Amino acid sequence: MSVIPASIGRFFHRTASPPYFYALADKLIPWLTAILLVLLVCGLYGGLYLAPSDYQQGDSYRIIYIHVPAAWMSLFVYVLMAVMAGIALVWRMKLAEVMLIASAPVGAGFTFIALVTGSLWGKPMWGTWWVWDARLTFELILLFQYLGVVSLYSAIEDKRSAAKEVAILALVGVVNVPIIHYSVEWWSTLHQGPTVTKLDKPSIHVTMLIPLLLMALAFKFYYLIAVLQNAKLELLKRESSSQWVKNLLEKKA
Amino acid sequence: MIAAFFAVIRRDLLLAFRRRAEMANPLFFFVLVVTLFPLAVGAQPHLLQEMAPGVIWVSALLAALLSLDGMFRSDFEDGSLEQMLLSSQPLAILVLGKIIAHWLVTGLPLLLAAPLLAMFLGLPEQAMGTLWLTLILATPLLSLIGAIGVALTVGLRRGGMILSLLVLPLYVPVLIFASSAVGRAAEGLPVSAQLNILLAMLLAAMVLVPLPTSIALKMSVN
Amino acid sequence: MNWEVFLEMGGYGFYVWTAYGVTFAVLLLNILWPIMQRKQLLRQLIIRQKRGQR
Repeated sequence: MSVIPASIGRFFHRTASPPYFYALADKLIPWLTAILLVLLVCGLYGGLYLAPSDYQQGDSYRIIYIHVPAAWMSLFVYVLMAVMAGIALVWRMKLAEVMLIASAPVGAGFTFIALVTGSLWGKPMWGTWWVWDARLTFELILLFQYLGVVSLYSAIEDKRSAAKEVAILALVGVVNVPIIHYSVEWWSTLHQGPTVTKLDKPSIHVTMLIPLLLMALAFKFYYLIAVLQNAKLELLKRESSSQWVKNLLEKKA
Repeated sequence: MIAAFFAVIRRDLLLAFRRRAEMANPLFFFVLVVTLFPLAVGAQPHLLQEMAPGVIWVSALLAALLSLDGMFRSDFEDGSLEQMLLSSQPLAILVLGKIIAHWLVTGLPLLLAAPLLAMFLGLPEQAMGTLWLTLILATPLLSLIGAIGVALTVGLRRGGMILSLLVLPLYVPVLIFASSAVGRAAEGLPVSAQLNILLAMLLAAMVLVPLPTSIALKMSVN
Repeated sequence: MNWEVFLEMGGYGFYVWTAYGVTFAVLLLNILWPIMQRKQLLRQLIIRQKRGQR
């Protein structure tokens, strides 16, 4: 721990205090929202209007601008949850617990979006609403892992224990993620033909790539906003009898 | 420490043996569920034969899942789990002992059903050896992986449904490799890769599972 | 800017717009829900605090 300079240590120490973090979230959210909207507008304009039609898939490929970023985020958020879980268990940081549980519904939302948009992309392309390809199958199992986290947390009454148990679950689950990915990929190649690769574009044109990256970035900012909103709610619930919340209520009343 | 390990196993086996009748339940369940499939999809031999590896393995999974709750439940309820947490022996060792005992009582018996189920579904002779091997390798794996889920939910009153939700995503790779191995064996294809992967998962689980399980137990009990 | 062509999406309009619609609905929900819950919680806590002070 001596590797970390004192000033950074103090920053984390201060940020980790619930009242400071709550106020910080309030300050950050408007800025994050502004950036999100700019990125969304640019990304959507680029993706839905500027980018040309695809040679093979026509305009249906435009679902890529929400499907792929959602899928990336669904994975990214779970890994982030695992990192926060590690921090929560090792350093017993209350804020890490809160951020962990705040991330779960957001990640689940992304996973759900990836599944639905994947399905809507697949129907005109492959002719059916559901295809047991590696990616969709993987996302489905990932969704269940998210739902497991949310269910376990709500089932345990004492929220401090609940957070610690969910932290273990997230860590175990993140170990499972590459295993699922590998096993489902392998299973899929046994059962699928080459048609699956339609989703894999060998090389993507830059006019199509830029909106995709903008949307991916936009989703990251969205994640921050959503997790901060969830975190504020969770902090309020857990600390409702503490002094800083009482002060907050006085100010509001 | 070794003595404590074997003591835990012996105790659990003894306790299980006192309710001998209950020991057969996972086995009966296993056979019963497999029986449902021909009833549901029709009894065409060709169809059943194709489905056999998957059906047998899904049923084995469900049997394992249903038997998981008993792993820590009775100890939790009568306070012996707390005693174990307080003991001077490393909890991970005691937990490993309990998992092994659980497997001996609920997982190992499933092997007895293998020949019967192979007959019910028309699984080719050449797949029998692989079926035995996958059962021997994967049923302890199911007990090990399941243990984490049980440890997380043992304190909950109606933990059963949540337990399934937590554990099934973790079971998916085992299911994929086990059923695929049996399926390939039925077609006469080599299965060493799948079996090796199962073995690797089993060894990894034996090493990696006890620690998070003990941590989860400590949280559940408190 | 030909709106009709835009909405048609080369014949795939239903799929593309449903996908975008569902996406934004879910994203919006995930932000609005905690905000609503928090406001409700604050109201309840204020009421409780006022009662406690009497």
